[in-house]
Formats: sequence, C-alpha cells, structure tokens
Amino acid sequence: MASIVQFENVGLRYGQSPETLSDLSFTLGAGTFHFLVGPSGAGKSSLLKLLYLSQRPSRGVVRLFGEDMVLVPRGRLPGFRRRIGVVFQDFRLVPHLSARDNIALPLRVAGVPEAEIAEPVEEMLAWVGLSDRADARPATLSGGEQQRVAIARAVINRPELLVADEPTGNVDPDMAERLLQLFESLNRLGTTVVMATHDYHLLHRVPQGRLMRLDHGRLSDPTGELRHPPPEGAR
Amino acid sequence: MARTGKTQRLLDDRQGRRTMVWIMAIMIFLTTLAAALGLSTQAAGRALDRQLAARLTVQVIEGNGATRDAVAARLLTALRSSPDVVRAAEVDRQRLAELLEPWLGEAGLDADLPMPAMIDADLRDGTGPTVARVDALAKSVSPNIRVDRHATWLAPVRGFIDVLGWTALALVLLMTGATAAVVLLAARAGLDTHRGTIDILHMLGSTDHQIARLFQRRIAWDTLNGGLIGVVAGGLVALFLGLRLATLDSQLVDGVRLGIGEWAAIAGLPFAFALLAALAARWSVLRRLAGVL
Repeated sequence: MASIVQFENVGLRYGQSPETLSDLSFTLGAGTFHFLVGPSGAGKSSLLKLLYLSQRPSRGVVRLFGEDMVLVPRGRLPGFRRRIGVVFQDFRLVPHLSARDNIALPLRVAGVPEAEIAEPVEEMLAWVGLSDRADARPATLSGGEQQRVAIARAVINRPELLVADEPTGNVDPDMAERLLQLFESLNRLGTTVVMATHDYHLLHRVPQGRLMRLDHGRLSDPTGELRHPPPEGAR
Repeated sequence: MARTGKTQRLLDDRQGRRTMVWIMAIMIFLTTLAAALGLSTQAAGRALDRQLAARLTVQVIEGNGATRDAVAARLLTALRSSPDVVRAAEVDRQRLAELLEPWLGEAGLDADLPMPAMIDADLRDGTGPTVARVDALAKSVSPNIRVDRHATWLAPVRGFIDVLGWTALALVLLMTGATAAVVLLAARAGLDTHRGTIDILHMLGSTDHQIARLFQRRIAWDTLNGGLIGVVAGGLVALFLGLRLATLDSQLVDGVRLGIGEWAAIAGLPFAFALLAALAARWSVLRRLAGVL
C-alpha cells in the first residue's frame, strides 16, 4: 500500500510558545479512512493544518505524496494543495457566490475551461442532493446544506487526500450520518480520508475507519500501528 | 483561473468599487486639466517661438521725413532681396498714428510729427547668424537704423509659458504618484477585506499570481471606468476654456490650443493610468502574499 502521508518526528510551535504538536510519527496509506480524535486543545486542528499545507512544521519531516513538504518551495505548494480536499466545521464558503459557483471554484482555480465545468458541478450537486438549491447563496442555506456544498467543493477535483475538521460539528445527527456516508463513498473510490471529530458515535459507523488519538500534542500509538501500518489485507 | 465574470465576482465589493471609480474619476479629471494646461502651453510656446524668433522690426530713425522715406525704401528693397528674409513690409503710417493716438491724441495724426518708419520682417529662421546678417544688412543701408527682435521683448512671456509648462508637468507627475499610492492602499485594503476569500483560494490551490490577477484586473477596470469619466469631464472643461481663450482674439494666446496629437495624448490618460494601476496592484498584492504560506 503506497503511503500518501508520512510524518517523522514532527513538532509544531507557534512563535515562542511551547510545542502544540510533539514528536508525531505516522504513515497514512492510500485509500485509508482515519478518525482523528482527542480533547479540545489536543492539537487536532494544528495537525490538520500541516496536512492541508496551511502550516509548515517547526521540526521533523512531513512527506505528502512522496515529497518532503518542508523542502518544497512555496511556489510549488498550490500544485499539492489541488490534490487535497478540505472541509471545515464552519464551511468557509465564499458568501457572495452561489452553491454552484462555490462548488465550481476548485475547477476554476485549476484552470479547467468554462465549458467543461458545468457537467461535473451538476453531478456534484446531485451527489450531495442540492440540485434544487444550486443558485442559492450560502447565507440562505441551512447548516447541513452548507456543509454538503463544502464537501462537494472539497471533492470535485477528486482529491487524493480529504481532510475534514469537525465536519459534522454544526449539523444534526441525521445530517451527520448522511455526510459520513458521503465521505465513505468517496473513500471507497480511493481517496484517503482524515476526519477530526468529537463525535465518538461516528467511529462505529465506518468499519474500515482507523483511530488516531491525539492528546497534548502527542499521538497515542501503543501498538505502533500508526507508525508502521499493517498491509490492508492483514487487518 | 479563467478570465470570466464568475472569477471576477470572487472579490465582490460593489460599494468599495463605486468609491474607487469616483476617486479615480477625480484624480484623472485633475490630471487631464494639468495635462491640457501643460500641452497647450507647450503648443503656445512653440507657436510663439515660430512667430517671434524669426520676426524683426526694423526702425528708420530719421528726423527728416524725406530722408527717412528714402532710407526706408532702400532698406525695404535690400531686405526683400536678401535670401534670409521671407517677407518684409512697411508698417502702414496711418496704423502707426492710430497706435499712438491714445497717448498723443490728434497730434499723433500730424504728418509733421517725426515718427520712425517701421518695417516688419519675417526671416527664414530665427537663428543668431541669420539675425546678425540681416542686422548688418540693415545697418549698411544707414547708420540710423535700429533692429528689434520680437523674441527679446517677449522673452519674459516665453519664460512664464515655460514655468506654466513645468508646473503642469509637475502636477501630472504628482497626480500619477498619488494615483499609484491610492491603488496601493486600495489593493492592501482589498486584501484585508477579502482575507477570508483569499484563504479559501489558497487552500484550493490558487497561486499568488492568480490572486494578484483578480485584484489587478478589478483595480485596472475601476481605474479605466473612473478614468474615462474623468477624461471626458476634464476634456470638456479644457475645450470650454480653449473656446473662451479664442474669444480674446489676442495674438499672445493664439497658440494656446490643443492639436489632434495633444487630444490623443489626453485620451490615452485613462489607459495609461489603468496600466499603472494594474502594475501597482500586482506588485502590492504579490508582495503581501509572499509573506503568507
């Protein structure tokens, strides 16, 4: 199993403060599904920031798609970011764009010709069940609808890695279940999913899901499975 | 990002854009007036040079009327035969008397009044050697001849025109600098206003150049729209002032007018400013984004 993400002794500190993340070492294989759990302040969001290239580590090696992100020049980062989908608890949609245009944004960023954008966007709208709300602006959508737009935007480019920070935090349990199904279906198509959550009920809904427990900036890995993941068939 | 209206809407900020358009309209209105002043005074200076540098008035200062007329006739013949002189004509004595009438009253019309004979001469060119040759030629006819270069007594006017021209140029440069400063501030304010959208675009894999393009296109477009308003308004004011000047019917301000070339230069101002704005916005945005991962 090829690894998509590899952390080696990674530490992260903001300014002169103590390390938010310390000595993180783990490997995520392609097509795996991981839940990232831990108490508030454990460093989940910081770890995700390293994954979606919003931060560089203070020390250690972060390797994504086989390349060391610490050494990659800043100008090459956009190319890697286009291979990563990100979903936030607060959605982060562009408020003055319609649902359709928000979903189309990654394609436009990637320079896809306008004529080739409509079809995949309509497909994504249908996939997340929002075809009838395509022209609505985020402010007129419910929390669940906004989150589905955010998920559609995150996956329209078929990312190799999907990073979700508490994606079900602002939606009701039924919607959370539905969103999880979307993540699962995407994972079945080969996307590696890392989902930070406080909702332990969700962990049992994804049989193939693996647990990453973060506490005080350190990863709990008593069996060494995260550091040296077993082959997919051995689980 | 493809250059579509949809990507332009990423930086939706209609109120801010309207303000920017009107600021640019005012800046370019003032620049147009300054440029019109500079270009028209330059044209006036050139016209004055053409008219005066090669023009002389030759006076025959003889107390005796018969001698004066004889010298004037010989002088006129000599001047007309010179290859350096394009045109030579004696100033009508009746006209001279009328010019003196406000000071001398009816006496100015008295034929016995010893007035000098005056000959206006236009030279082939106004260079020093040509003037010197004509001066020598005139004095060879009679020692009682005085040669006045028009350029000499209008030199202060020419100097003032130069000062006006330099002042106008300084104003245009100041307005250009101020416009660039406004654009830099607008770009920085835009970056702060749209920080959330820019973060999203970065997260989706936008390059700095893609984001800078959004700003530079928007600011260039606002500058062009404002510039067109400003240049039309400024052009109308310049045209109105030109028409008013024309009614003065003064030889001195006759050259203060804008030709096709000058109008074309003024019409190009909004485009030049739009280009300047695009470059300033691009530089500012790229510089700011370079500090973000």
